[in-house]
Amino acid sequence: MSNFSTATSIAHNVASGARSAASVVEEHLQRIGQREEEVHAFNLVTSAEARKRAADIDARIARGENVGPLAGVPIALKDNMCTRGVPTTCSSKILEGWKPPYNATVVDKLFAAGAVFVGKTNLDEFAMGSSTENSAFGPTRNPLDTSRVPGGSSGGSAAAVAAGFAAVSLGSDTGGSIRQPAALCGVVGVKPTYGLVSRYGLVAFASSLDQIGPFSHSVADAALLTEVIAGHDPMDSTSIPKPAPSLVSVLGRGVEGMRIGRVADLPEGADADVLARLDAAFVALEKAGATIVDVKLPSLSYALTAYYLIAPAEASSNLARYDGVRYGNRVAANDMNNMYADTRAAGFGDEVKRRIMLGTYALSAGYYDAYYGKALKVRRLISNDFAAAYANADVILTPTSPTVAFPFGAKTDDPLTMYLCDIFTIPTNLAGHPAMSVPFGTGQANMPVGVQILAPTLGEEAMFKVAAVLESAA
Amino acid sequence: MSERLSAADVAKVARMARLNISAADVERYTQQLDGMLDHFADIDNLQLADVQPMTQPFTLVNVLRADVEQPCLDREEVLGAAPAAEQGRFRVPPSGGEDE
Repeated sequence: MSNFSTATSIAHNVASGARSAASVVEEHLQRIGQREEEVHAFNLVTSAEARKRAADIDARIARGENVGPLAGVPIALKDNMCTRGVPTTCSSKILEGWKPPYNATVVDKLFAAGAVFVGKTNLDEFAMGSSTENSAFGPTRNPLDTSRVPGGSSGGSAAAVAAGFAAVSLGSDTGGSIRQPAALCGVVGVKPTYGLVSRYGLVAFASSLDQIGPFSHSVADAALLTEVIAGHDPMDSTSIPKPAPSLVSVLGRGVEGMRIGRVADLPEGADADVLARLDAAFVALEKAGATIVDVKLPSLSYALTAYYLIAPAEASSNLARYDGVRYGNRVAANDMNNMYADTRAAGFGDEVKRRIMLGTYALSAGYYDAYYGKALKVRRLISNDFAAAYANADVILTPTSPTVAFPFGAKTDDPLTMYLCDIFTIPTNLAGHPAMSVPFGTGQANMPVGVQILAPTLGEEAMFKVAAVLESAA
Repeated sequence: MSERLSAADVAKVARMARLNISAADVERYTQQLDGMLDHFADIDNLQLADVQPMTQPFTLVNVLRADVEQPCLDREEVLGAAPAAEQGRFRVPPSGGEDE
């Protein structure tokens, strides 16, 4: 764990009057001032709003009010979550300057919990990428080694926490976009169960896969933030109609008697330094009283294909709304079809166009059955594999990313090389399960390695119990 | 390269996706997409006839609410974010083109 204050300690100190929210926000803004130019975690830093909100929180505490579980906690939001009146760009030229007319549900929940919002973080355009090199506004650099990528697509949110610009942040995870950058930046990252956190106001990429989740320095902070943002929302038709789970209270209960799955047929591709840390994690859990059991997931090796047909297919439909009519930028033309096609050609970057075309092709007449239809069936096989595995295991451990953070440009020549970064994170999204990455030591070049904990639907309690044990053993 | 798709296929897909891209881009995307489809051929030989497709992590049900008036987005704020608006509506060029 880093030396930066955790959200849990900040909230405790601010609520008890030991520290002012104003001093907390100044400390974070100062670090942003010192290193943001080098790291480029943000598309927008909202210093004035942050100071105003911190002053308001201090005033309310002085009046004896309870301001909520995140009292004075500085938080950064991935720039694909709508914030009323504050630009939301998805790191795309097509939305540059757009100010949403409403807040995402998670934003309202964070404000109600007393959080102080410090800025909107950089991402791969429309969350499509694994290195944040696809941002229209330039890449984010890994704060631990600025010659390397922070991962992606939520690279800005991971870097903001790792650099101490915010105590916690939110990202979105469609195929690993929270867990992979968390692993590469040495922080905790959680993708909750599909439907646990409302996506109202999250700009849609692939609607059957997208989920919002936290980045943090500690497992306890991740549990706290997940509790705050989870829960049913009538504004999201995929929201699970159940109350938010209680997660902070399960930390420290240990893993005695738990069954930890080791994937016997893990797809190849992970580096030796990453696998060595995974082995060490199994040893630590066994020492803490858990039993290691072998599980088989024979369809896992097909997950990449299924994902890279399903996610682009859904994206090609979701991104049809960027047509220069209702929001964003427009390229003028004298008829509607040329206006659409010129606007989209000028507004979208290379990777977004590639995925829209791949998705359009996979859904088109004559190819639907061979590509999209088949991918949906493979998705079922993967889900069935998990169901069988969870009959014998409470959670499953895998690497988060096959490698530590890589240098800029290392994977940009061939899109498929970049896609392989997601090989261990994608299966969770296809199944709709929760998973999280916990820093567990370092590998090559002294860069952090993350271990991924996977759990069945609404298995967050078991997942967090294991995470807490790994954190204390790391 | 297997030539699973041609430049003409990609040009057609770009038209369907409303992306006005150059001939050089069509060439480049053809190569890249072809490479991906090659990789995706790993599922070609799976026996999937009896497998139910999975579109969502769980079965979705239609969500409705009571038909009563509720606060909604501010019309001026919404139209203010559009590239062109006129008389309370979004303004677009005519579908058949307009005279210069």
